[in-house]
Amino acid sequence: MAEVRLSGLSKSFGSTVALEKVDLEVPDGSFVVLLGPTGAGKTTILRMVSGLDTPDEGTVTIGGQLMTGLTPAQRNVAMVFQQYSLYPHMNVRENLEFPLKSPLLRTPQSEIDRKVNEVAEILQISHKLDNKSTALSGGEMQRVSIGRALVRNPSVYLMDEPLSSLDAKLRADLRVELKSIQANSGATLIYVTHDQVEAMTMATHVGVLDNGKLVQFGTPRQIYEDPVSLYAASRLGQPRINVLPADLFANVPPKATSIGLRPEHILQGEGEESTVTRVEHLGDQTRLHLIFKNHDLITVTDAHTELQQGDTIKIKPDNPLYFDASGARLV
Amino acid sequence: MSFSVTQPSTRQKWFAGVLVTGYALLTILPLLWIIATGFKSPSDAIAYPPKVVFEPTVEGYVNLFTTRTRMSPDALAELGPPQTWYDKIVRQYDMVISGPSRYGERFLNSVIIGFGSTFLSIFLGTLAAYGFSRFRVPLKDDLMFFILSTRMMPPIAVAIPIFLMFRQLGLSDTHLGMILLYTAVNLSLSVWLLKGFIDEIPVEYEEAALIDGYTRFQAFYKVVLPQAATGIASTAIFCLIFSWNEYAFAVLLTSGTAQTAPPFIPTIIGVGKDWPAVAAGATLFLVPVMVFTVLLRKHLLRGITFGAVRK
Repeated sequence: MAEVRLSGLSKSFGSTVALEKVDLEVPDGSFVVLLGPTGAGKTTILRMVSGLDTPDEGTVTIGGQLMTGLTPAQRNVAMVFQQYSLYPHMNVRENLEFPLKSPLLRTPQSEIDRKVNEVAEILQISHKLDNKSTALSGGEMQRVSIGRALVRNPSVYLMDEPLSSLDAKLRADLRVELKSIQANSGATLIYVTHDQVEAMTMATHVGVLDNGKLVQFGTPRQIYEDPVSLYAASRLGQPRINVLPADLFANVPPKATSIGLRPEHILQGEGEESTVTRVEHLGDQTRLHLIFKNHDLITVTDAHTELQQGDTIKIKPDNPLYFDASGARLV
Repeated sequence: MSFSVTQPSTRQKWFAGVLVTGYALLTILPLLWIIATGFKSPSDAIAYPPKVVFEPTVEGYVNLFTTRTRMSPDALAELGPPQTWYDKIVRQYDMVISGPSRYGERFLNSVIIGFGSTFLSIFLGTLAAYGFSRFRVPLKDDLMFFILSTRMMPPIAVAIPIFLMFRQLGLSDTHLGMILLYTAVNLSLSVWLLKGFIDEIPVEYEEAALIDGYTRFQAFYKVVLPQAATGIASTAIFCLIFSWNEYAFAVLLTSGTAQTAPPFIPTIIGVGKDWPAVAAGATLFLVPVMVFTVLLRKHLLRGITFGAVRK
């Protein structure tokens, strides 16, 4: 395992800028989630680290060693792709053995069998080992794909939305499983997703990307509670942070143009009046859709609330986040 | 998915049946006639009206593989009784076998040249197709067009320059020369077909293999080649059929050592009007391509429908 450092990484595809001067330090043994919408440059970063693509500018260092000019094999990284890329002409076992049999590792057969069985056990695919890889369900394919990374002991694991094609239950199970595998083995893992639940639950660090730029890097809690910008703030939190014009409220900092309200920033029962437009009972919590001075708001309230559509409720901001005209956070 | 298909009427089915049967007969009849002629006696072969029912004999095959000399009855009597079954057949015509014919050699030449050039076309074609498919090649589209343009006229149109070149280079009537020539003709087809097949293989598989610790070349032969097997098989059949059946260049450029079967078979007729031997030669000549095609049939079927493969 090793730490990964990106410095001044830039990449363009034709006239499209995919990455712009990204500096990022991934500590040894950390679980870094790169978060951002499609086209933010998440996958491009993974491809730069893996060596599948070369940066226009900047360098990648893994474990203190400069990676410039090294092939993917020489970098000793494992990667899980977004689309399950199982070798269709091999069965499940051969797929899992493939990286161990590479000229890079040349693992003895007894060791291969041990590792393959161990990983198959963890991913619950032991009974499928002799299946054709094309005869698996999507979820099984993706688990084999993850397994092909896990059988190795690389300097860093790279995962590109590995869970996005799975159903909700399997996704929840594998989330826990991946996190515990990483925590137990002390592996360094860079994980790309746009699912904020994955980011919040698994990451030791979250990197927020916006149009090829790294806008914030920190613990999930830091990003959630102390975002540097409106953009970073809206990456995490469910329901999403509410953004209202700052002049709706009194006592606002002078330069603030918008105010960001997460559910916990909205005190219910005092302040100014708002109208309930919709009540969503989710079981453990209830979401309230409100109209406050002609602006929509979504907040969370008691699971057993008596409120109904058309009711009026008083609300008041409590220690909210303020942003200036450019979207930067005002502290 | 649902299609709006109207059931064909009985009359339409009947019409289609007649049409298909008619076409099948039309294509298979000459083939059956050749095979039948191979087992006829020379007089049956030229009988008029043509004989559909006849007494089968292997005379044609004996004549195909042997050369014979006519002898006077006296001389024949001195030789004593025929030693083998094929001696016996030949004796009926007051002849003795004087040695093997050249058919075996010519057939072997066809095998060497046909399969040799097929192998070379596929080998070079796969590498070129992979390069064109996966790498940024300068002037890629122009090069691909150039490769295709080599087939825009019938190859025989350049027969004279090739004849002169071959004479100059000492390639006339050599196996190597014919292999190179057929490879040159087949290569454009094989590059284009194989590029189509390789384009269909997602690049993610190779990237996964690169990350799994393999070099580019290892990824190519461990991951790309097995998946391109279908395309390679069907391309190989096309290449083999061309080089196996090629007649014009073979007549022009080969006469002895490297002569293939197609220009040789007609010469069997000689003076005796030995049609059964010609038919026997043609029948045997069909066998290798048929065997090769049947062996690769599964792939061929997948191959000709490759545009419609579900992704």
